[in-house]
Amino acid sequence: MVAVTSTTRRTGRRRPGGRQAVRLLILIAIVAVVLYPLLWMLGTSVKSQEEIVNNIGLLPETFTPGNYTAGWGNFDLSFGTFFLNSAMVSLLTVAGNAVSCLLAAYAFARLRFRLRGIWFAVMIGTLLLPGHVLIVPQYILFRSLGLVGGEWPYLPLLIPQFLATEAFFVFLMVQFMRGIPRELDEAAKIDGASPYGIFRHVILPLSRPALVTTAIFSFIWTWNDFFRQLVFLSSLDDYTVPVALTLFIDSTSQSAVGPMFAMSVLSLLPVFLFFLAFQRMLVEGINTSGLKG
Amino acid sequence: MALTTAPGRTGRSGSARPHANRRRVGRDRHAEGLAGYVFLSPWLIGLMGVTAIPMLLSLWLSFTDYDILTPLSEVRWVGLANYERMFTADPSYWHAVRVTLTFAVVAVPLKLAAALGVALLLNKAWRGVGLFRALFYLPSLLGGSVALAIVWVNMFNRDGAFNSFLALFGIEGLPWVSDPDWALQTLMVLAIWQFGAPMVIFLAGLKQVPTELYEAASVDGASRWSQFWHVTLPMLSPVIFFNLVLETINGFQGFTAAFVLSNGTGGPVDSTLMYTLKLYISGFTDLEMGYASAMAWVFLIAIGLITAIFFSTGRFWVHYSDGEK
Repeated sequence: MVAVTSTTRRTGRRRPGGRQAVRLLILIAIVAVVLYPLLWMLGTSVKSQEEIVNNIGLLPETFTPGNYTAGWGNFDLSFGTFFLNSAMVSLLTVAGNAVSCLLAAYAFARLRFRLRGIWFAVMIGTLLLPGHVLIVPQYILFRSLGLVGGEWPYLPLLIPQFLATEAFFVFLMVQFMRGIPRELDEAAKIDGASPYGIFRHVILPLSRPALVTTAIFSFIWTWNDFFRQLVFLSSLDDYTVPVALTLFIDSTSQSAVGPMFAMSVLSLLPVFLFFLAFQRMLVEGINTSGLKG
Repeated sequence: MALTTAPGRTGRSGSARPHANRRRVGRDRHAEGLAGYVFLSPWLIGLMGVTAIPMLLSLWLSFTDYDILTPLSEVRWVGLANYERMFTADPSYWHAVRVTLTFAVVAVPLKLAAALGVALLLNKAWRGVGLFRALFYLPSLLGGSVALAIVWVNMFNRDGAFNSFLALFGIEGLPWVSDPDWALQTLMVLAIWQFGAPMVIFLAGLKQVPTELYEAASVDGASRWSQFWHVTLPMLSPVIFFNLVLETINGFQGFTAAFVLSNGTGGPVDSTLMYTLKLYISGFTDLEMGYASAMAWVFLIAIGLITAIFFSTGRFWVHYSDGEK
């Protein structure tokens, strides 16, 4: 049977070399188109002002790193502040999502309690809820609590993340935990472990892959997020990188193009590094769970 | 806790055991139920505080003329006035609806077609396929960022890279991003460019198609094209459906690129006024929170309806291999 299939396959694919070469050429052409904007951005970021206008090619004739220093200090504050703000928001979001979604997922995946089915259905329902629907009332709510532009203006961005409102990650972890053999829980139970003990000693250590996936996507999405940060951050020294980048658009002067590109490159750097480090996981992560990326 | 299961106890007289066991099971179940709510509590608090109550608040506000500056206690109830204004007295609202629908109807199918096409090219395993997969996925990962939107806008400027590329072929370019007839198309190209995420999902789906089906088809003399139509597409329909629903909902929510292209105005001449951008402008620029809330509710209902329509029509073209419908 096996031998038969392998021969039919081989005969079914005569002249694999020629077809493969065509396929490869098409793919290389598509890759060139796909990567062009990114390479062009990189090239433009090191072009002089004059070259940005005259030379639209990928490579600069003269390498001009000055855009980076100019962009870094282009506004009253250095971009360092914006990067620190973004890093803090992103890392705290990662922590909040990992902890709160893990707790909720354990309850949904492993514990029997009254109304579980209903709560689970509600959780799935919130999965489809667009963030834009909630932004107005959330803004009003956080504002009336004095948290918008308050002493620590990031609270409106962070509080929801510590309350497992990112239903997507709850769902992802529930799916993952369902794959952990129930016998392990049962064995721990017989050894006298409470639900808390089972969580601590069985589920938590085994959930590491799901936690890592959650952490990576949580970081990248928050780093890239613009809408919520735009709405909730109102004073310049609280701005995160995406909001700060829009300052370049406001200052319409042509001379800011180089610095704008330089800062755009830097702003993509953390995501790009994550991509390099975890690309296999990121790509597999979305095909198992349908992450939007 | 450990005491109840100590062997000394279970070894006692037979008649007491079932009773003790039942009590133990009951107590365990009670403990588990309590633990369930303990573990669920952050989520429950979030559901109430950050989702449910804000939603109810938003529903109520949609019947008021709340402008954020007057205190909530003095808000005036205006009935259906916001909805009426939206549907009858605000042409830019309908414009936003049209822009958003156009965007979704054109960009989503093209994006999915690109994703499927490239997935088919990558489907066979060979050396280097992983690298291609990763490179195609990269734009999806960076896609929602402000930085990328900035690059895109500059690339499609009057004197941008795209026009000088066209100039190589003697074609005179257009000021794509500042031309009301082309600004939205520029955003669509940006969206299609990010075909990597649905592509990866298609690839996973293609792996599930049994090779025997292709073998049987080629024994029957089916051409590659008819194999694609009669084997690949039907077998892939659940994944196509999944991507279609996901990408349509995402498409409706496009905000960042439209904001960056138009500097938050939806211009030129409202050509990129996506629904969410209109909502943002109403709520946070014009401070008409009541009106924005009404818009949010219509948006929610529209997305719900569209999802429902997808699911009810899906029955006719989505084939599950186990015969499940």
